[in-house]
Amino acid sequence: MARLTLDHVTKSFADFDAVKDVSIDVGDGEFLAVLGPSGCGKTTLLRLVAGFEKVTSGEIRIGGDVVSNSGGSVAPEKRRVGIVFQNYALWPHMSVAENIGYSLKVARLDKAVARQKVEDALALVNLQGLGERRPANLSGGQRQRVALARCLVAAPSLVLFDEPLANLDVHLRASMEDEFAAFHKRTGTTIVYITHDQAEAMALADRIAVMDHGRLAQLATPRELYHEPANEMVASFISQGILLPADVLTGEEGGHCKVRVLGRELVVRCRPGERPRAAARLCCRSADIEISADASGFDGLVKRAVYQGGAARIEFVPAAGPDLTLHFEQPDPVVLESGAQARLRIKSGWLIPATGTARDDAG
Amino acid sequence: MSARIRESRGQEMVLTAVVAVVIVLLSLLPMLCLIKEIVAPGGVLSTVAVEAGLRSPATWIATWHTLVVGIGGTLLAVLSGTLVAVLVSLTDMRGRSALVLCYVMPLMIAPQVTALAWLQLFGPASPFLKLFGAAPPLGTKNPLYSTSGIILLLGVQYGPLVFLLVRAGLRKLPRELVEAARAGGANWFTVLVTIVLPLMTPSIMTAAALAFVSCVGNFGIPAFLGIPANYLVLPTLIYQKLAGGGPAVLGETAFLSVLIGIIAMAGILAQEVTSRRRDYRISSTSLPAEPYELGRWRQIVQAGMWLLIMLVLVLPLFGLVLTSLVPGYGIALTAKTATLDNYRFVLFEHDAANRAFFNSFWLSIAAAFFAVIVAVPVGYLIAWGKQRWVRLLNLSVELPYALPGVVLAIASLLLFLRPIPLTGIQLYNTVWIILYAYLARFLVLALRPTISGYHQIDRALEEAAQVAGAGLFTRMRTIVFPLVAPAAIAGGLLIFMTALSELTVSALLWSSGSETIGVVMFSFEQGGDSNYAAAMSVITVAVTFMLMLVTNLLAPHLPSGVLPWRD
Ligand SMILES: Nc1ncnc2c1ncn2[C@@H]1O[C@H](COP(=O)(O)OP(=O)(O)OP(=O)(O)O)[C@@H](O)[C@H]1O
Ligand SMILES: [Mg+2]
Repeated sequence: MARLTLDHVTKSFADFDAVKDVSIDVGDGEFLAVLGPSGCGKTTLLRLVAGFEKVTSGEIRIGGDVVSNSGGSVAPEKRRVGIVFQNYALWPHMSVAENIGYSLKVARLDKAVARQKVEDALALVNLQGLGERRPANLSGGQRQRVALARCLVAAPSLVLFDEPLANLDVHLRASMEDEFAAFHKRTGTTIVYITHDQAEAMALADRIAVMDHGRLAQLATPRELYHEPANEMVASFISQGILLPADVLTGEEGGHCKVRVLGRELVVRCRPGERPRAAARLCCRSADIEISADASGFDGLVKRAVYQGGAARIEFVPAAGPDLTLHFEQPDPVVLESGAQARLRIKSGWLIPATGTARDDAG
Repeated sequence: MSARIRESRGQEMVLTAVVAVVIVLLSLLPMLCLIKEIVAPGGVLSTVAVEAGLRSPATWIATWHTLVVGIGGTLLAVLSGTLVAVLVSLTDMRGRSALVLCYVMPLMIAPQVTALAWLQLFGPASPFLKLFGAAPPLGTKNPLYSTSGIILLLGVQYGPLVFLLVRAGLRKLPRELVEAARAGGANWFTVLVTIVLPLMTPSIMTAAALAFVSCVGNFGIPAFLGIPANYLVLPTLIYQKLAGGGPAVLGETAFLSVLIGIIAMAGILAQEVTSRRRDYRISSTSLPAEPYELGRWRQIVQAGMWLLIMLVLVLPLFGLVLTSLVPGYGIALTAKTATLDNYRFVLFEHDAANRAFFNSFWLSIAAAFFAVIVAVPVGYLIAWGKQRWVRLLNLSVELPYALPGVVLAIASLLLFLRPIPLTGIQLYNTVWIILYAYLARFLVLALRPTISGYHQIDRALEEAAQVAGAGLFTRMRTIVFPLVAPAAIAGGLLIFMTALSELTVSALLWSSGSETIGVVMFSFEQGGDSNYAAAMSVITVAVTFMLMLVTNLLAPHLPSGVLPWRD
């Protein structure tokens, strides 16, 4: 088990920064998910930790030992990290058992002991009896399990996953998700888990690091990420948050303050210490929006109504802000149609903090 | 309506028919002819030729020698080619493209030129050794006139062939497979031995089979190094028999050439069998692995590689140039003795050499031109055709090249020994029979790049023209040809370079008046006029280099891998 620390890590390819000044502290036994749009540098971050890439600046520590800094880098084979690749990367010229037992063979472990460990690892991933098969003769889910077993057999202190479920179908994904969770609970291994699936990240992780253009946008628990996004990128990336211009009218009091949005005043959640300011941003979710007939609502036009079974997704353009689009779900019976006039109300929301930076609560 | 259908069908059928005729003429006919001569010489079933061949001890000695140098040369080529490929592909060595260019160069130089160059380097008359006063006394046997000399040069000649194939395989090795092993605790050397090389066995096997076929069929190296030591392999045995006995011994040589064919095929079959059991198809579009950091070893490895280049390329060529500047055998080269007389002699004074330059140039141009013209429609049928027999088509075009050149040469002789029926045209003893053999042998060199060119083109481009109403021939002319032309032309240039100093085929087919550069070079060397042979070699090597540079200009328009010397 080991703690992983990234300290102001930057990685440049030529003059392009794939990872920019990222600091993350992953606690011993923690399950950290890394989430972000395609090309934001997730894989690069993982490869830095594994030692396949060298940091341009900054420092990486595993279990207190410096493994990478601009001065040098511990070779990947000396880091004792396990890694599971998106495309499994099973060696086609070896049987399943040979694949799993590879690291034991390299470590020159006693043959009988190694065989036992391979058996145990196969049992752990429910693949008993498949040791003699070739990877080519396995299904996608089975290959994924072999890759997992191969990485676990050496009992690494830190396990890295790069989108391990991206190639699997929905059902298999759900069951593998459960297995990962169970495995984490059982072994207490520190895990860094890359995914672009928010639901997966939320379900599995203790904390989630959201990345954007190589930077760390926010590092927080799933709940906090959803309810209290630190900046506009996170707010709109997580669960398609809606961003609305707002003026803060009162200072924070008990975690709330009063703002004016689309010409209406309402009370929203905010960080402690918020002060009145103009040109702020409010983040609300579709669940925060409802149809309203009274004076607290604002008028606008239904741009689109897409029926999705049991409810419709309504896209709405407020008259007060013609270039904004709000979306929310209206359960059956759906009454709004595209082109119709409507009046909506915002129940609540989260005021994006002024600094817009990640709050380092890694502690 | 139906008239239009008929028109488009008609064009397709004309194309198919033309291609079929070309293939039958160039590839199937000579092979059938050869087989007929063995089984039924003169039209009657008989085993006389086979029995006579089997009874002759010379056959068995030459077969044994062929196997020895074939296997030895293959081993050396596989070891050196794989080692260089691994170092170039997987480490952070500097100066890679220059190195690849230099290492692959021997492949573009004719084997007999390689042989000549090395002979000049180590012989007692070596102007190079004389520069240091290190030459052995005149009359000493050149150490290269030996089995190990032949094996060494075959290894040098075909190491690059192995290199190219293994390098192509290594480029496709997904980095995750290497990284998973490193994360499992394996150091670089362990990864190499347990992951990389096992995964590369299919490439290495293919390369070994190809190298074996090339070594077994090679004529230039055993001719220059083996004949003086009376060490005969099958191709040189055939040459000697034919040179001594003429058409009378054709039956006997046909048997010997089939024997070479069988040995070569055995090599290919062995590869097929072993690789069927180890089909690790790697299907991934991942990046190649990060190069291994050699650290303080880098300088040493780089120095070692350039030393290798010095040994296999620079020194032999240097020796060749020195020899071409010496006025006569055994004379030391000094500022005073250096002369361009040898060049003047071969270029302007010696009749046969003059004719040879003329013949080789126009033969190479004709072969290249024809191959480009034919490769476009044949490639079209193979790459885009829907018919099932196209695989066979591909195979039959590859056959004359896959089989040793001697086999094709004998087959051509048998085919044209008598005048062509109905027309009475006599190709035997004219330059045309050489042209025929070149066309048959080298077509595939233009076809392969053309096919990979086709695979790179979006078929929709042609289909768009089809929708616009263009018939097959119009599409070929206006859309298809311009698109694949660079690849086909690059193939044509490769053919020109290969054919220019070709020896194997022309050594068996030439007659007075139809000498080629290779043939005249060979007879100079056999007559002891190494200086003239060296001068001719230098000229052809210079032309080849120049063409390589010109071809490089096409590089941006070519599928990768078409120009072997470009990394
Ligand atoms: N070896 C490299 N050389 C140059 N640029 C690179 C290299 N590796 C990655 N990049 C660039 O760095 C950026 C981040 O890449 P990375 O693979 O980390 O993205 P990612 O977040 O994993 O994306 P995805 O979700 O699509 O896998 C990309 O713009 C990519 O093009
Ligand atoms: Mg990625």
